[in-house]
Amino acid sequence: MDTQFEIKAAPPHGASPSVWRDNSETILFVIMAVGLIVAPFFTYPLFLMEAMCFALFACAFNLLIGYVGLLSFGHALYFGWGAYLSAYAAKSWGLTPELAILTGTATAALCGVVAGSLAIRRQGIYFAMITLALAQMMYFFALQVKLTGGEDGIQAVPRGFLFGLIDLRNEAAMYVVVLAIFLAGFLFIYRIIHSPFGEVLKAIRENEPRAISLGYKTERYKLIAFVLSATLAGLAGSTKAIVVQLASLTDVNWPMSGEVVLMTLVGGLGTIFGPIVGSFVILVMQYKLSVVGEWVLVIQGAIFVACVLLFRRGVIGEIAAKLRIKL
Amino acid sequence: MFEIFGIPSMALFGQLLIGLINGSFYALLSLGLAVIFGMLNIINFSHGAQYMMGAFAAYLLLKFTGLGYWPALIVAPLLVGLFGVVIERTMLRYLYKLDHLYGLLLTFGLALIIEGVARKNLGSAGLPYVLPDSLQGGHNLGFMFLPNYRAWVIVASLVVCFGTWFAIERTRLGAYLRAATENPTLVRAFGINVPVMITLTYGFGVALAAFAGVMAAPIYNVSPQMGSDLIIVVFAVVVIGGMGSILGAIITGFGLGVVEGLTKVFFPEASNTVIFVVMAIVLLVRPAGLFGRRA
Amino acid sequence: MKKSLGLAALAAVLVCGTASAQDIKVKIGVLTDMSSLYADVGGPGSVAAAKLAIADFTKDHPNVKVEMVSADHQNKPDIGSQIANKWIDVEHVDAIVDVPNSGVALAMSQLAKQKNKVFIGSGPASSDLTGAKCNANTVHWTYDTWMLANGTGKALVKTGGDTWFFLTSDYAFGHALERDTAAVVEKAGGKVLGKVRHPLNTNDFSSFLLQAQSSKAKIIGLANAGGDTINAIKQGAEFGIVKGGQKFAGLLVFASDVNALGLKTAQGLVLTSTWYWDMTDANRAWTKRWQAERNAPGKFPTMVQAGVYSGVLHYLKAVTALKSAADGAAVVAEMKKLPTDDPLFGKGSIRIDGRKMHPAYLLEVKSPEESKYPGDFYKLRATIPAAEAFRPLKDGGCSLANG
Repeated sequence: MDTQFEIKAAPPHGASPSVWRDNSETILFVIMAVGLIVAPFFTYPLFLMEAMCFALFACAFNLLIGYVGLLSFGHALYFGWGAYLSAYAAKSWGLTPELAILTGTATAALCGVVAGSLAIRRQGIYFAMITLALAQMMYFFALQVKLTGGEDGIQAVPRGFLFGLIDLRNEAAMYVVVLAIFLAGFLFIYRIIHSPFGEVLKAIRENEPRAISLGYKTERYKLIAFVLSATLAGLAGSTKAIVVQLASLTDVNWPMSGEVVLMTLVGGLGTIFGPIVGSFVILVMQYKLSVVGEWVLVIQGAIFVACVLLFRRGVIGEIAAKLRIKL
Repeated sequence: MFEIFGIPSMALFGQLLIGLINGSFYALLSLGLAVIFGMLNIINFSHGAQYMMGAFAAYLLLKFTGLGYWPALIVAPLLVGLFGVVIERTMLRYLYKLDHLYGLLLTFGLALIIEGVARKNLGSAGLPYVLPDSLQGGHNLGFMFLPNYRAWVIVASLVVCFGTWFAIERTRLGAYLRAATENPTLVRAFGINVPVMITLTYGFGVALAAFAGVMAAPIYNVSPQMGSDLIIVVFAVVVIGGMGSILGAIITGFGLGVVEGLTKVFFPEASNTVIFVVMAIVLLVRPAGLFGRRA
Repeated sequence: MKKSLGLAALAAVLVCGTASAQDIKVKIGVLTDMSSLYADVGGPGSVAAAKLAIADFTKDHPNVKVEMVSADHQNKPDIGSQIANKWIDVEHVDAIVDVPNSGVALAMSQLAKQKNKVFIGSGPASSDLTGAKCNANTVHWTYDTWMLANGTGKALVKTGGDTWFFLTSDYAFGHALERDTAAVVEKAGGKVLGKVRHPLNTNDFSSFLLQAQSSKAKIIGLANAGGDTINAIKQGAEFGIVKGGQKFAGLLVFASDVNALGLKTAQGLVLTSTWYWDMTDANRAWTKRWQAERNAPGKFPTMVQAGVYSGVLHYLKAVTALKSAADGAAVVAEMKKLPTDDPLFGKGSIRIDGRKMHPAYLLEVKSPEESKYPGDFYKLRATIPAAEAFRPLKDGGCSLANG
C-alpha cells in the first residue's frame, strides 16, 4: 500500500531531492497511523473515536472545497442523516453495526445525489447558499418526522456485534473498528485526489471554462465529487452514531455545517492532512471549553476571522509552505 | 361569502395581508444583501446578526438613554451602520482580491462572534420591547383585525425599499454606484473615490438590516438567535430572486412572504420549509433565479 | 466494578457498626443550560440553589464533605453525555442534578443506570422519566408534562373554559403536551375545537393566531415552550386576543418567561406550577438568600431552581443515612424510603417510580395594577393536592411499579 505513495508524491517546486521530502505524505501517514494506535493508552478513547469521526467528516468536506473549489455550507445534512439512519437501523431494525453504518452511508449518498444535482446548477457563493438552504430544509424535516425522535434524538443506540460476532461494547474493539474506517476513508480520499479523476477535479477548480473547452463534462464530474463527499460525510456520521450511541439534532443543524468548515479552514483547505489536524484542534478546544460553554461561539467566530484574515493556508498549509513539502 | 378550498375568503384575505407583512422583512433583508453583493461581491453572512443588533440597539437605547421607538428607528441603524463601516475598513477590504468565498467565511465568523457576545451579555431568553403608544391598537377591516403597528411595517418597508430602488436606479449617485460596479478603474478616473463608495455601500446595507431589526423588535421577542434563524431563509429568497436586480429582491421578498403565509393556512407543518422547496423548483426551472441576469 | 461496590458496602457496614464520625464524601454535578433558552429557568440560578442546599446541610452535618461541579450542556444530548461521562469516569461525581431539556435528561437517566449513579431531574419536563423510561437510579423532582396538562386543563374547564384551540409546537414535546391536555379537557366535559401545529422557533404567530381567533374557542392552549410561548402571547396581545374575550393557557410557563413578557402582556395567563417564591414566608426568606447567592437582586427563582435545592437536600440526607454515596441505586432506594421534608416544598414523598410527590398550584398572572412590588407575578387560583397533581402510578407504565 505504501508504494503508491512513493510513486505519487512528486518532488515539490525545486526542493532539494531528499528521501524525507519526497515521501513527506507517506511519512506523515505512518506517524498518524502509529500515533492513533498508541493514543488510546494515553487519552480518553471515546474522545479519540469521536475525533476520528469528525476528522473523516472534515476530510470528506475538504474533498469538495479543497479539490473542486466548491464550498458546501450544508454538509451537516449528510453527516446528520447518516447518523440518524445508522442509529435507527441499529436500534429499531436490530441490524448489526456494519449494516447499520452502511444504511446510514447509503442514505447520505442518496441525499447527496438529490442535493448535489440541484446545487451544482449554480457556482460560487450561490452554491454555498443553496447547500445551506437545502440542509436547513432537511433539519426542519428531521425536527418533525417520527424517525429522528425530534428533540430527544435517537438515544441508547446499541453498539451491537460486528458481523454478529465481535462485541463492540468493548472499547478496544470499537476503537479498532473506528480506526479502520477512518484510515480506509482517508486512503480512499487520497486515491481519489491522485487519480485521473482527481486531476480533472483540480482542473475544474482552477478554471472551469477551460475544462469544459477541453471536452470534460464538468457538471458530471462535480456531481460525482459531491456525491462522494456526501457519502463519506455520511460514513463519518453513521460511525459516530454507533460510537456515541446517539444521533441528535445537533448533527443536522447548521452550526455543524459551520463547524466542519472551521475545522478544515484551521487545518488548511486543500491539504490532505489539514482537516484531520483542524478537527482535532477544534475538538480539543471544545472539550476544554465545555465548562465555559457561553464563550465557545465567540471563540469559534474569532478563529474564523483570524484564519481568513491572517493565515488562509491553515496550520498544515503554513507548515507545508515553510518546509516546502507536500502535506 | 365564498370559500376557496374550504377556507372562507375573508380569512384568506387576512392571511394574505399577514404574508405581506412578513414579506416586508424578507424584502428589507434581501435588499440589503443585494446592495452589498452588487458593490462588494460579498455575501454578507453577518446580515442576520446585524439585524439582531438593530433590535438590541433599540432595546438598549430605550433602557439606558430613554430614547423611544421613533428616534431609535433612525439612531439604531446609524450606529449599526457605523459598526459596518468599521468592519469594512478593518477587515473586508483586504478580501476583495481573493475568492468571494473568503468574504462569506469571514462574515460567518463575525456572525458567530456577534451572536455569542449578545448571548453572553443579554441572555438568550429574549427581552421584551414595548410597542410605541402611538401605534398600539388596531382597526377592524371586516375580514380581520389589523394592528396599527403591522400596517406601519408594510408602509415603512415599502417606502424604504422603493426609496432605495429609486436612489440606485434613478439618481446620479446611483449611476456612479452602478458604474463603479461595472468598471471601478474607469469610475476612479473620473475623480470619484471608489473605496469610500464601497465602504458607504456596506454601511448602508448593514443599516438596512438594522432598520429591519428595529421594526421587528416590538413584534418578535428580541433574542440573540433571532437573526441566524432568519438569515438562512433570506439566503433562499435571494437564490430564488437572483441577486442581480434590486427590484427583483424586493418583489421576491414580498412574494415569498405571501407564499409562506398561505402555506400556514393550508399546510402549516410545511410553513418553514416551503421557501426551500420553492428554491429547489426555481433552480430546476430557472437556475439563474427569477430575476437573475446571468444564465 | 462489582468487587469495589462490595467493598464500599462492607466499608459502609463497618462504619455503621462503629458509629464513628467518619467523613462521608459526596460529589454533586449540576448539569444545566448556562447559555441558551433555559438559562433563566435553571442555569446559574440552579447552581446557586445547589450551593445553598449544600451549605445548609453541611452546617448541621460537618462530617459530610460535599463537593460541587457544574457545566453547560448547551441543550445537546451529545454534549451532556460527554460531560457526564467525564464527570463520572474521571472526576468521580456521584449524582447529577437539574438538567433542563428532556432530551438531555433522558440521556442522563440512562447513564445513571448504566454507571449506577444518581440522577435527580428538576429541570426536565418529560413524564417518560417516571413512565416507560423509568429506572431505579432516577428521581424526577419538580414537575412533568402530565402534571402541567392536568393542572391547567382540568381547572380551566371547571371554571368555564370549556372550548379549546391548541397552538402546538410541531415536535414530540408539543404533541405530548397537546395530547395529554386534550384528553384532560375532554374528560372534564370540555371540547377541543381545533388545533394548529406550528414549527419550532416560529417567529411569526399572527397567521396561527388568526385561526385561533376565528375558532371562537374560549381558551387558546399553548402547547409549546420558551421563545415560542413568549412570541405567541406577545403577538396575541397585539391582535387583541385577550381583549376579544379569549384566554391563553400556557402549558409550560416559568416565572422567568413572565418576567420576559412583562405583566402588561402576560396578564390573565393561567398556568400550573409547583412552587412560587411569594407563597410562604419560608419561600420568601429563601428567595432573599438565593438572590444574594446568585448576585441578582432583580431576579426571582423558578420552581426548577427551588427543586434543585430541595432535591439536593434530600439526596444528602439519604447519603448520610447510608453513610456512602457509592451505590447509586441504594441511595435512590433510601431517598424513596425517607419522607421528604424541606422548607420549600414541605412534607412529601418519592414514589416507587421515582416521582417526587407534592401539591401543584394553579396560578394566574396579575395585571400591572394588581402587582404591588417587583416579582409579584401571580394570584393563586387553586391548589391541587399531591395525589391528584401527578399521573397515577398504574398509568405510567413504569416497570418498577410492578415489582
